[in-house]
Amino acid sequence: MSKSLEQVIKDICEECGKDRARLMDVVNAVQKEFGAVSSQAMDLIAKELDIHRVEVESVVSFYAFLSPETKGEVVIRLCNDIVDKMRGVDSVAKAFEQELGIGMGETTADGKITLEYTPCIGMCDQAPAALINDMVFTYLSSDKAREIVKELKKHNDPKKIFARSGDGNNAHALVRSMVHNGVRKKGPVIFAQREENGGLKKALSMSPVEVIHEVKNARLRGRGGAGFPTGMKWEFTRAADGDKKYVICNADEGEPGTFKDRVILTEQYELLFEGMTIGGYAIGSDEGILYLRAEYAYLYPFLQEMLKQRREKGLLGKDISGKTGINFDIRIQLGAGAYICGEETSLISSCEGLRGDPKTRPPFPAQKGYSGSPTTVNNVETFCCVARIIEKGAAWFTEIGSQGSPGTKLLSVSGDCASPGVYELPFGVTVKDLLQEVGAEDVRAVLVGGPSGQFIGPEMFDKTICYDDIPTGGAVVVFGRDRDILKTASEYMEFFVEESCGYCTPCRVGNVLMKQRLDDIIAGKGEPADLDYLQELGETTKLGSRCGLGQTSPNPILSTIKNFRPDYEKLFKENEEGMNPTFDIKSALSDGEGIAGRKSVIYTE
Amino acid sequence: MAEQTITFTIDGVEVKGKAGQTIMQAADEAGVYIPRLCAFKDLTPHGSCRVCVVLVNGRPQASCTQPATEGMVVESETEEIQKHRRNIIDMLFVEGNHFCMFCEKSGNCELQAQAYRLGICAPKYPYQFPVRDLDASHPDIFIDHNRCILCGRCVQASRDLDGKTVFEFVNRGTEKKIAVNAEAKLADTDIDISDKACDVCPVGAIIKKHIGFATPVGRRLYDTEPIGSDIEKKN
Repeated sequence: MSKSLEQVIKDICEECGKDRARLMDVVNAVQKEFGAVSSQAMDLIAKELDIHRVEVESVVSFYAFLSPETKGEVVIRLCNDIVDKMRGVDSVAKAFEQELGIGMGETTADGKITLEYTPCIGMCDQAPAALINDMVFTYLSSDKAREIVKELKKHNDPKKIFARSGDGNNAHALVRSMVHNGVRKKGPVIFAQREENGGLKKALSMSPVEVIHEVKNARLRGRGGAGFPTGMKWEFTRAADGDKKYVICNADEGEPGTFKDRVILTEQYELLFEGMTIGGYAIGSDEGILYLRAEYAYLYPFLQEMLKQRREKGLLGKDISGKTGINFDIRIQLGAGAYICGEETSLISSCEGLRGDPKTRPPFPAQKGYSGSPTTVNNVETFCCVARIIEKGAAWFTEIGSQGSPGTKLLSVSGDCASPGVYELPFGVTVKDLLQEVGAEDVRAVLVGGPSGQFIGPEMFDKTICYDDIPTGGAVVVFGRDRDILKTASEYMEFFVEESCGYCTPCRVGNVLMKQRLDDIIAGKGEPADLDYLQELGETTKLGSRCGLGQTSPNPILSTIKNFRPDYEKLFKENEEGMNPTFDIKSALSDGEGIAGRKSVIYTE
Repeated sequence: MAEQTITFTIDGVEVKGKAGQTIMQAADEAGVYIPRLCAFKDLTPHGSCRVCVVLVNGRPQASCTQPATEGMVVESETEEIQKHRRNIIDMLFVEGNHFCMFCEKSGNCELQAQAYRLGICAPKYPYQFPVRDLDASHPDIFIDHNRCILCGRCVQASRDLDGKTVFEFVNRGTEKKIAVNAEAKLADTDIDISDKACDVCPVGAIIKKHIGFATPVGRRLYDTEPIGSDIEKKN
């Protein structure tokens, strides 16, 4: 057995060229083969790649989908995002636990099935959902969970439980997924009829500088959430010193409630690859990387094949479209379960085979990115916009949307609404109109931009979705009349606590402290001064944090203090002695009582 | 070409630095001390503790990693920034298990010294009391994870100065910790008492055995003057 482990690891490492930078591919492959990257495996990998064992351990321990302990042959990862909870994931979880006879985070005694929770897997419009190995199961119920377990007990092969494929390319032989695209509204940019590779053809007839100018004239801003002007980013990358440059596509959409890139990757991948190729041409790069989140691994074989087809058509590789000297190819880097890797410098770290820690800025990726070379990292949707801008012209693009935010935005809408799904709408749409469009009535709150965005109430529904008013990377979660906003905020804080990389103090500790105090308030142990405490803690966390995660993670609390203050205030109750019950003497004594082995004689009862 | 001089201000005081320097480097040379914990001479700035965050033209930046540029306006010892600094120090105290009264690093500890400099008598945040372990396997050195503040100095010193990579970070978030390059124990690594990595810990997480409490109270590093005084004396 140990010999085979040694041989397999040797083969995997050799396949990756014994390249330390490909460590993610190595550990992903080992995990897949053995259900773990065991201690022994770490030693062997370190030996093969000529690195230190602790470096391997450092990476393995960072990503949620990798583990030193052996997981079951089948891993059920049940999504416990808020939207899944709204859709009854708790009863699904119970059904799985009962049927398997294990709790969350455990593996059956025969080593066959592991059950665990995972944060948002990008299926909020068809929640509750789960990943069973790489396969996505949607619209789960407790009955379905029981059926799945019964089937697994027969053959332990999730592929055999396949029910019916979803629409479009979800039915493609290489995808064979039950996922539904859920495109509810097609707009003029991403989901429009177009000339295949029209943008690329036109780009190749222009000079790279002209391409960048066109993108700048279109005033395109990044669609991932940060909103940095794309043309400017490309200009910096083009101007930076370096023979080798990289184009990276950020397909690690992990913001809870976001699933728009899933649809692009399934249906509009050609537009995406076209945009990346144009990016390569514009900045002077011959190599692109598509960083695909592990949750979307079910699309990996399909995307690989589509890349191969583009190569065969001469749209990737050497002398693209017959243009001598213009070379560009794309490889896919699979992630391993880490929200932080959606942050561009963390994503680069991950591509380099490192922990997904953000990098120090400056230098910015445009100066020193992937393996120290100038790199542009753009969102999936951004690349698609570029291809369309070049095809139709900047003037066409700026006609769409609002003055400060040209173009359309893909919105992933989920939660309490009749028609959850993906909507392509022009920037500048009011929240009110959006809610009408998605069939949401009697709305208490809308979370725009996911938990790192903000909770807004009805008095703000006249506001518009755009960079200058309410920006969003795409997530819109609707909360109906009866939803508990503070409990929801607490759940989102839990998400940030879990997903913080832990590199810097304010994010690593601040989020924990904020969540604790919020939970105290929810438990009726709060006092009015707690709001100032939370406000200040949130400000320290935002100001001090090193990357976008900690700079926005206090938002669920800060935006609810701002927009839903009465929800907090009604929880502050004075007790009979006129004091706020922030201190519970009995629970404070319980530890001491445990050590002493006797009960307090004063605080009895 | 002569080294280009740049001029900027820290809290209204004019500071002259050289192009390519970080704000902290320029400030140190000018005798202006900016509180810090992870930054250490001879090591690449890590930018993780965030104690040295200042406002640069109104935007928060870590002064250990941010390059100084001509004309920038830096705010450091303002009431607002000092408040956030204290909060961050507080966070480090409650996140681990720091018992200064019987820690042998007491008086030589940078975390403790920063707290005193910033006027913290006791943290205002609730103690987390995490359960952390201790590795006393090595005959000369021990690691007490209770006191580790994850500054990364030992990781870098071992890798870049000692050429060994004895330490590296594992896990993430609240579970993040220092691990050693062995299956479990420090004794199984090639660390040596003379390694630079044993000398860089700002707190009492990496401790040399056999010399505990060797310096009497009164002669310890920060007994008479606050941390940063050596830099401020240049002024």
